Amino acid sequence: MCLAIPARIVELEGDKAVVDAMGNRFKAKTTLLENAKIGDLVLVHAGFAISKVEEEDARKTWNLIEELDSFQETDKKISG
Amino acid sequence: MLERICKANKLMDKACQTLGRDINVMEVCGTHTVSIFRSGIRSTLPKHLKLLSGPGCPVCVTDQGYIDLAIELAQRDDCILATYGDMIRVPGSDGSLETKNKNNVKVVLSAEDAIDLAKENPGKTVVFIAVGFETTTPATAVVVKEAAQAGLENFCVLCAHKLVLPAMEVLLSEKNDKIDAFLCPGHVSVIIGSKAYEPIAAKYRKPCVVAGFEPMQIIEGLAEICRQICEGQAEVNSIYDVAVTPQGNTIAQRIISDCFEVTDGWWRGIGKIPQSTLKLKSQYSKFDAYERFGLTEKPAEDKTGCRCGEVLCGLIEPFDCAMFGNKCTPQTPIGPCMVSSEGACAAWYKYGRKRKTS
Ligand code: SF4
Repeated sequence: MCLAIPARIVELEGDKAVVDAMGNRFKAKTTLLENAKIGDLVLVHAGFAISKVEEEDARKTWNLIEELDSFQETDKKISG
Repeated sequence: MLERICKANKLMDKACQTLGRDINVMEVCGTHTVSIFRSGIRSTLPKHLKLLSGPGCPVCVTDQGYIDLAIELAQRDDCILATYGDMIRVPGSDGSLETKNKNNVKVVLSAEDAIDLAKENPGKTVVFIAVGFETTTPATAVVVKEAAQAGLENFCVLCAHKLVLPAMEVLLSEKNDKIDAFLCPGHVSVIIGSKAYEPIAAKYRKPCVVAGFEPMQIIEGLAEICRQICEGQAEVNSIYDVAVTPQGNTIAQRIISDCFEVTDGWWRGIGKIPQSTLKLKSQYSKFDAYERFGLTEKPAEDKTGCRCGEVLCGLIEPFDCAMFGNKCTPQTPIGPCMVSSEGACAAWYKYGRKRKTS
């Protein structure tokens, strides 16, 4: 439950963003970050970006999430 | 990468030799537990390096009494319960949110969705089931503030947000001298910062190492723990610098402390932990489901014989529970550690059963 998902900010209006993680787009808010910009990679948890991350870390976490998804077998988790 | 793994393994071997007994490292977070199983890390570790699964799965530590209250609210025609999907199968004293009044229960992926639900259903009160550790808490705090600003009357929060540090401390202070070090959660630490573990490392002389969730991070985190053990150190170190800073996310910390105060709370299987749970501050009491519906959380007595409490304190392994794998399976879960995919029992069931007999 405490796994945040790396995603790229593709739209941003105020603190309302649309982010892209592994081709999935969803809404997230950037209230908890300073200076979030379009193009930034961020960790998203429960609909909020909680920190910025770097490309390499994001890629590793995406790989991990793909593996864990097959473990968790449900799409209804907060952790994606 | 191979070189890094070899280096890590050497450190681990050396620590085991130095100590001359088993080294018990607790991975606090359920996501670490799953990643460890999934990647097969356990089988690569020296025999004397043991990993214990900790209390860091929010679903596993949410008290039955809390689930009972949520189920009670779900029976009301004037309420909609908005919950993260992880919670719906967790058994209360009698059934779960999934088996009781499913129609009043809506699964949300973000706290914001709960606010939207309230706006779309002005005739009902939307109760947000607010569980989780520090990673999840800021989202709840933000939406409570939003609801207050918008004057949203039909929204409230049944709060059981928990703090990781007091639980770690209880594990060390209670008749449990098994734990030698902690592998600290990656994304909780994004919020609280790695410095937050310093009092624990200093007071109990236990290395606390923050690591991300991918296998190499975990292996190097364990190696750093072993290095400290070899050198007789007990420090906080983060090998997850890309996301975790010493101070953490201070904006999130501020929003949390604006909205919540710390209070004693019940943890399933562990009991009452002082100053371990969050409660809405009085200026937000309008949004506090306990206040609105006059509820008090009573700890529920677990009559099933489930031993999750001992599992998540690292006192027993899941297969030490007589019900593991026979009466209790992911399809017929008896306790929360088997319901949650991040629970130690579910992870052992799925990946560890072979090891148990070997
Ligand atoms: S195997 Fe089932 S009953 Fe036993 S401790 Fe785990 S969840 Fe509880």
